[in-house]
Amino acid sequence: SGVCTRSCKERGKDIVVLGVEKKSVAKLQEERTVRKICALDEHVCMAFAGLTADARIVINRARVECQSHRLTVEDPVTVEYITRYIATLKQRYTQSNGRRPFGISALIVGFDYDGTPRLYQTDPSGTYHAWKANAIGRSAKTVREFLEKNYTDEAIAGDNEAIKLAIKALLEVVQSGGKNIELAVIRRNQPLKILESKEIETLVAEIEKEKEEEAEKKKQKKST
Amino acid sequence: MEYLIGIQGPDFVLVAADNVAASSIIQMKHDYDKMFKLSEKILLLCVGEAGDTVQFAEYIQKNVQLYKMRNGYELSPTAAANFTRKNLADYLRSRTPYHVNLLLAGYDEAEGPGLFYMDYLSSLAKAPFAAHGYGAKRFILNLPSFTVRLIDKDGIHDMEKLTLSGEMARPMKATFYPAA
Repeated sequence: SGVCTRSCKERGKDIVVLGVEKKSVAKLQEERTVRKICALDEHVCMAFAGLTADARIVINRARVECQSHRLTVEDPVTVEYITRYIATLKQRYTQSNGRRPFGISALIVGFDYDGTPRLYQTDPSGTYHAWKANAIGRSAKTVREFLEKNYTDEAIAGDNEAIKLAIKALLEVVQSGGKNIELAVIRRNQPLKILESKEIETLVAEIEKEKEEEAEKKKQKKST
Repeated sequence: MEYLIGIQGPDFVLVAADNVAASSIIQMKHDYDKMFKLSEKILLLCVGEAGDTVQFAEYIQKNVQLYKMRNGYELSPTAAANFTRKNLADYLRSRTPYHVNLLLAGYDEAEGPGLFYMDYLSSLAKAPFAAHGYGAKRFILNLPSFTVRLIDKDGIHDMEKLTLSGEMARPMKATFYPAA
C-alpha cells in the first residue's frame, strides 16, 4: 500500500514516452507539480510509483552514479547499467540489518549510446525486466492490458502516435481526463521534454475526435 | 610554457589557451585542448601539473553537471567559480593538493559576463582580464599606466586607439581592450 500514481511508459522507434497521473492537490496547496518524472541524466529518465520520499533517495543516488560513470569511463551510462545499479541498490536494502526496502516501483527509459530505445521496470525486491510498454501503480493491470491490445507496430509508427497511445492508455483509468495527466518524452539525442498542459489538451481533443469518428464509422456499418 | 588568457567584453568573455602538451623540451601534442566545458555557458581553462589538470577539471565538470540534474537549472558562473575554489582549498592542506592554475569564463543572464582567475593556492579573483603563464607577463598591461609602442617591419607605431575592430587590419599585432 502506498502506491498513489499510475504511470505508463512505452517505447517507440525514435521516442520513448512516459505518462503519469497527476495527484490532484488540495485547494490551498500550490500547484507546483509533484514531479513523478525525473531526469537521471541527459538521455535517461525515470518515473516511479510509491513512496515519494524513498524515490528521492534512489533518484539522487542514480544521478550521482550517472556522473560518476561518465567521469571514470568517459561514456554515458546505458539504460541497462543504471537500471542494474538501482536494482542492486534496492536489493541490498532487502537483505540488510535494520533497513526496510524502498517502497517504489520504477520505470526507467532512455536511449543507449548506439541509439536503441530502452524501457526497464524495477520493483522493491530488486528485480528488473525490459519491456516494450508497461504501466505501474494503481490500476496498472488495466493499463497494461490496454497496452497489450493496442501496442502494435502501426500504433507506434510515429512520434505523435506513440504519445497518443500513452495518453489513451492513461485515459482508461484517469478520472478527469487531460488535466490530470503529466507527459514526458525523450527523443533520440535530445534531452527530456515535459509536455505543457496545453499540448496535452490538444492531443486529448484529437483522441476524442478520433474516437467519435470510429464510433460514427461503426454506426454506419451497422445500419447498412 | 603553457599559457591562458581571458578578456571580458561588454557581453562576452574571450578566452584563449595554447595547444601544446609538453614533456620537458619535447612537444608531445600540439592539438591539446585545455578548455573544459562545465555547462552551456561556462568554460574552465586549466593548466599546471600533468594529470592534476585533467583530474581536477573533469571532477568539477561532472559535479557541475550533477547540480544541473539535481536542481533542473545550471550553476551560475560565480557559484561555479566559488565551488571550484572551495574544492581547491580543501585539497590544498591535504596530502594530495592539486597543482593547477585556472581561468573560469562564463555568461550569466542576470550578472552578465564574468572572468575568474584562480591559482594553485586557491586564490580567486573576478577580473576584466587575466592570464596564466609566461604569456601573462608579456601581454596584459594596464594601459593608462604605460606608454605603449609597437615595433614591426613597418616601423614604430603608437597604440593609442586600441579596439578590437581597429586592429583587425594588422593581424600580426596583439589586440587589447583599453582598461576600464
